[in-house]
Amino acid sequence: MSTSTAAEQVIRAGQGEALLEVKGLQRYFPVTRGIVFQRQVGAVKAVDGIDLSIHTGETLGVVGESGCGKTTTGRLVTRLDEPTGGSITFEGEDLTHLSRAKMRPFRREIQMIFQDPFSSLNPRQTIGTIIAAPFQIQKVDSEGGTKKAVQALMERVGLNPEHYNRYPHEFSGGQRQRIGVARALALRPKLIVCDEPVSALDVSIQAQIVNLLEDLQDEFNLAYLFIAHDLSVIRHISDRVAVMYLGKVVEVADRDELYNHARHPYTHALLSAVPEADPDALAHRERIRLTGDVPSPLNPPSGCRFRTRCWKAQDICAEQEPPLVQIGAPGHQAACHFPEERDVI
Amino acid sequence: MGRYLIRRLLQTVVILWVISAITFFLFWITPANPALLICGKNCNTETIATVNATFGFDDPLIVQYGTYMKGLVSPTGRDIGSEGSERNCAWPCFGESYQNGIPVWDSISDAFPATFWLAIGAATIWLFFGVMLGLLAALRKGKALDKLSVGLALFGVSFPTIVFGYLLLFLFIVKLKWIPFPDTANAALFEVGPVKWLQFYILPWITLALVFAALYTRLTRANMIDTMNEDYIRTARAKGLGEGTVIFKHGLRSALTPIVTIFGLDLGGLLGGAVITEQIFSITGLGKFAIDSVLGNDLPAIMGVVLFAAIFIVLANVVVDVLYAVIDPRVRLS
Amino acid sequence: MTESVTTTASTSAGTGKPFLELKNLQVHFPTDDGLVKAVNGLSFTLERGKTLGIVGESGSGKSVSSLAIMGLHKGSRAKVGGEIWLDGAELVGMSVPEIRRLRGQQVAMIFQDPLSAMHPFYRVGDQLVEAYRVHNEVPKSVARKRAIDLLDRVGIPSPDKRFFDYPHQFSGGMRQRAMIAMALMCDPQLLIADEPTTALDVTVQAQILDLMMDLQKEFNSAIVIITHDLGVVAQMAQDVVVMYGGRVVEAGPVREIFYRPEMPYTWGLLGSIPRVNRGGDHRLKSIRGTPPSLINLPKGCPFQPRCDYQQHVEGHSCTGEVPDLLQIGTEDHRVRCHIETGQRKKLFTEQIKPNL
Ligand SMILES: Nc1ncnc2c1ncn2[C@@H]1O[C@H](COP(=O)(O)OP(=O)(O)OP(=O)(O)O)[C@@H](O)[C@H]1O
Ligand SMILES: Nc1ncnc2c1ncn2[C@@H]1O[C@H](COP(=O)(O)OP(=O)(O)O)[C@@H](O)[C@H]1O
Ligand code: SF4
Ligand code: SF4
Ligand SMILES: [Mg+2]
Ligand SMILES: [Mg+2]
Repeated sequence: MSTSTAAEQVIRAGQGEALLEVKGLQRYFPVTRGIVFQRQVGAVKAVDGIDLSIHTGETLGVVGESGCGKTTTGRLVTRLDEPTGGSITFEGEDLTHLSRAKMRPFRREIQMIFQDPFSSLNPRQTIGTIIAAPFQIQKVDSEGGTKKAVQALMERVGLNPEHYNRYPHEFSGGQRQRIGVARALALRPKLIVCDEPVSALDVSIQAQIVNLLEDLQDEFNLAYLFIAHDLSVIRHISDRVAVMYLGKVVEVADRDELYNHARHPYTHALLSAVPEADPDALAHRERIRLTGDVPSPLNPPSGCRFRTRCWKAQDICAEQEPPLVQIGAPGHQAACHFPEERDVI
Repeated sequence: MGRYLIRRLLQTVVILWVISAITFFLFWITPANPALLICGKNCNTETIATVNATFGFDDPLIVQYGTYMKGLVSPTGRDIGSEGSERNCAWPCFGESYQNGIPVWDSISDAFPATFWLAIGAATIWLFFGVMLGLLAALRKGKALDKLSVGLALFGVSFPTIVFGYLLLFLFIVKLKWIPFPDTANAALFEVGPVKWLQFYILPWITLALVFAALYTRLTRANMIDTMNEDYIRTARAKGLGEGTVIFKHGLRSALTPIVTIFGLDLGGLLGGAVITEQIFSITGLGKFAIDSVLGNDLPAIMGVVLFAAIFIVLANVVVDVLYAVIDPRVRLS
Repeated sequence: MTESVTTTASTSAGTGKPFLELKNLQVHFPTDDGLVKAVNGLSFTLERGKTLGIVGESGSGKSVSSLAIMGLHKGSRAKVGGEIWLDGAELVGMSVPEIRRLRGQQVAMIFQDPLSAMHPFYRVGDQLVEAYRVHNEVPKSVARKRAIDLLDRVGIPSPDKRFFDYPHQFSGGMRQRAMIAMALMCDPQLLIADEPTTALDVTVQAQILDLMMDLQKEFNSAIVIITHDLGVVAQMAQDVVVMYGGRVVEAGPVREIFYRPEMPYTWGLLGSIPRVNRGGDHRLKSIRGTPPSLINLPKGCPFQPRCDYQQHVEGHSCTGEVPDLLQIGTEDHRVRCHIETGQRKKLFTEQIKPNL
């Protein structure tokens, strides 16, 4: 995590020197019927027009409930998936529809760490091979040979370099996640998309990985797009936070601004739903309880997508989609017709 | 569900049509000259020409294909023979055998009952023993009974049917004489009575069922072991259900689901003929008919048998899918 | 070794015995790799109307102990020792038919993953009806009415229609509600919830936790909630048991554990979680190393290979002797550590608390 203040970031944001700039990003998954004659009967609007920007060395946290499009966003940004609309700009270059070959140099710069440390590593490859793969794919030669470089990486992420020839199943969940981190780090990327990197881990191990990611960020000036559903982890690691609901960003702000002065009703609900590990504080907390579940992204509500669960909804919420607009402090944006005026808790 | 069924049946028709086309055109790639086969020993250019005219071998391939398909599709069948000596080949017309001139369909419908009884009887046996042994083995995992059934299954899978069949035949018919030598080649239940009928079929059933029973034992055992480790089995126990209910209502139903699929396909396949078993016990079923046709280069017969068997396999597929949907609501409702 | 944690509430009516009492519970699994010592001497007590939270890392023996209370290890290879007393009856030595009568009726369980915990082929309603009719000889229609009532009670909209749905047609939150309804069908006095909200989103988790608390008030049942989420424990439980390596390492009232913990593992646990109500510029205090192998448990203190406070021990050996679970102070706060109580308190106030 960078130590810059909120004000500095706002300045950076104002200068538009973003490392990654995402505008109106969209991913619709077509839903088809029929086998021979396929016809499209609808679309899952997994990501439906989101804007994000990330600066060098900064962590942008993305939170939201399951199915809201976090993973899809991550996959689009790394171009593991093809957007159906919008644009992705990295260091001023438009990546949105680059071919595989043209994308190759950017693959070095943008890497991904996955949620599941068990299924994201090939069980038949030694970890040496796994971590070395990016070198081979990118045909990079490092001085002293790949093995040396890999072992240095292993040491850096807290793995014993002597375990070079072991297989993933011989490692614990936390160690496997370290392998994933080493693999992502191999080519010295500028941006790493972390999709729930600690969700599958025990708390004590979670802390090890979070600390490791923070150290690496300081050392290599990395930017993270950090996806998680755990609001505490997001608060800890992020500089800025974006809250997603049903394929949309509903609120984005600097970390403390968001947690202390949330304006979108959904953010309020999320924050008040987190059980704090503090029995006394819990007793004094505002309780907002949403009813029902997140609606299907196949058929999202008209207007504001949150209106089916929102306690402030009015007629206009069903008719007009609220735009994401600046509200309160600089860099704080929320998409709501009737934003909250009080603070949470 | 109704729409699904109709869609599946339409698909079936398409698939059968594709199979028939493939068989037909493969037929023409085979080097044997059909006219030579038909006119037999006293062939000369003239007779060959007559035969060619009679069977339409001179016509372009596509026309011949049209004629063939007409026989299968048109309710009145089609006519065979040159002008003057035409005879109707009733629907469904697979043509006439080159070997004996009998309409192929007649031979198939004669041979089918034997194969049918053979397959149904064997299927009952292997399903019963396979599932029972597999279930017992799964519930006694690691114990003596499990090891015994795993051993038996291994034996059954690795014992060649042909050896096993002849062994049974030799032992019970020739040596011990417990079963009289079968005197009818194709025992129909109504003609021979149940005792003779059973005597006739029992050994073929066992022969055919052995391998399948062994495979089904293994499969049931593996499925059942997996199922009994499922969370919902733990839930069933946590509700206080008796072990019988847990095993049969909650466990076996899930464990048998994949077996339904395989059983349908296996049975469908066998209804098209159980070649080895029929051969061993001289049962004049479809399998034997198929062998005779192949040996005699009797192309219309081969095509007929292939298509007929294909119908069963394709239909079995449909039945299995529908059954699956009935059993598993997740399939039904999606 | 008799060690127990008693809730502050009065014992159950008249008998003088607590409602639920585990005494030195042990569960071991013989495997090909060796004996897995999943639970090694777990003891606690619980009264009606109270909630006990069990926390610990994965593999610390939480689920295995809860299955032992249900008697679900019977018939497996597991070797269960010690005693479990429920309302005056001892469960470890009980025969399967006897304990089967208690399952669902006196003790019910809610599992972590409600999708895999319900049978995919049977209607949700029928699964509830089945749970009722095992223990109550009533016609189907009566059981169905009760099932619909309970589905309604746990907040399933139009329960008379959803009764006929299959589990996969429910959302995750609805499935967990249905699981709770199923557990409540026979009015059990003890409810064991094994990670009931781990598979759910925060907003749905909040709904489910509220529901459990409401139902507890209504039915006066005892709840054992197993989780690795300290927030859930803080919200739900009056008493907490911290498990490590199949043992209780610290136990006591919830505020003692959160505000005056004395065991180095508990310190590590509290230090390693990020807090949603605090800015995050501090470093997390991660615990180094990984949880122990349950086949080769460390000789002395189970936490010893990862513990950074061993230099404060006097007169004992962390590597040689397993510390006893000893009571400290007046409240029922028990700790298993060789460091002297005074020294632990000092360490906590000076080194740990400022960083939490
Ligand atoms: N290949 C696909 N085809 C159709 N729909 C998809 C596909 N991938 C994702 N979706 C849908 O898109 C939506 C967003 O999915 P995504 O995986 O991005 O959610 P998420 O926010 O990462 O959730 P989680 O917290 O559960 O990981 C979901 O409704 C999902 O079902
Ligand atoms: N049937 C079993 N056979 C062997 N080991 C088991 C079995 N069930 C659980 N264990 C082991 O017991 C330990 C405790 O498991 P569990 O109670 O499920 O942990 P948790 O605290 O995460 O709920 C784990 O190491 C687990 O692998
Ligand atoms: S726009 Fe309306 S429905 Fe949407 S969050 Fe704001 S008040 Fe609620
Ligand atoms: S007994 Fe020793 S090793 Fe165990 S927690 Fe206490 S100080 Fe640490
Ligand atoms: Mg995801
Ligand atoms: Mg568990």
